[in-house]
Amino acid sequence: MHTPANPVCLVLCEHEADQRREDKYSVLLPTYNERENLPLIVWLLVKYFNESGYNYEIIIIDDGSPDGTLEVAEQLQKIYGSNKILLRPREKKLGLGTAYIHGMKHASGNFVIIMDADLSHHPKFIPEFIEKQKEGDYDLVSGTRYRGNGGVYGWDLRRKLISRGANFLSQVLLRPGASDLTGSFRLYKKHVLESLVERCVSKGYVFQMEMIVRARQLNYTVGEVPISFVDRVYGESKLGGNEIVSFVKGLLTLFATT
Amino acid sequence: MTKLLQWLLGVSLVLTAWALVSFDLLELSLPPAYREMAWPMPLYLLVSFGCYSLATVGYRVATFNDCVDAAKELQVQIKEAKADLRKKGLKM
Repeated sequence: MHTPANPVCLVLCEHEADQRREDKYSVLLPTYNERENLPLIVWLLVKYFNESGYNYEIIIIDDGSPDGTLEVAEQLQKIYGSNKILLRPREKKLGLGTAYIHGMKHASGNFVIIMDADLSHHPKFIPEFIEKQKEGDYDLVSGTRYRGNGGVYGWDLRRKLISRGANFLSQVLLRPGASDLTGSFRLYKKHVLESLVERCVSKGYVFQMEMIVRARQLNYTVGEVPISFVDRVYGESKLGGNEIVSFVKGLLTLFATT
Repeated sequence: MTKLLQWLLGVSLVLTAWALVSFDLLELSLPPAYREMAWPMPLYLLVSFGCYSLATVGYRVATFNDCVDAAKELQVQIKEAKADLRKKGLKM
């Protein structure tokens, strides 16, 4: 063995390379009727993970979609290999929180990324999430539509107004230390996600908000990455009166209990 | 302490200070000018908070980024992905 010119650098670089080799990112994709979108999101995930060189796995949690999402997922598993694509289907539609718990049981990564499978969250941001996490050793990194270059596509004025208004109200009442409370594109240290999920009881939009509010309560550190949110390409995206009422209820519950 | 309690605490502190001055509860014999200034204060505070809220939300709605390029990029990538997946044998 020869002596390297600069042993310190060599050791450091090796250490860094080790870290990179050890870190593994498990992407949880809860799906319900996403036959059209699933192959596309998986293709994009594979593309950006291969380009950035991080170790990963994709865990698809299909809640008994009647449209054949699971068959498509099985085909994808054949194409990309069962070490990269894991299928953890469930019989019927259950809550998002339980989907994360279910998926996490099978996650072998030390980091978990959660995102929507409907293409509104673009996998190109994942390398940015990972870099952000490493930069401050954050416990969780949240995508934000409300800061920097973040934004949305496909929203009319009404939708923007409701979104900004709801966000402002939540910020005033909860002071959560994160700008996007209802976003669901996030990276967690696995043990952080585990401890948060078991505490969170809300449903729908409020679930994501509760996750970040509880994170603040437990003194976890939060990093943010601006993301562009492109509203559903295929399928419907709705924001009706019911959603608004349940959001306000959830907000007030958090206000009174956290 | 929950956020609700923090708010209640804050509001009651402000209200107490306001009541002390505007009704001169401690009989400090403050000049009447102080009391006249103090009594409409809660209303002023509410109105200015309302204005601040409206202005903030309005400004943020107006400056909400429209990610047109991101949507275009996605459309291009969808075509690319479909072609590649078909080549790999996916039946869509």
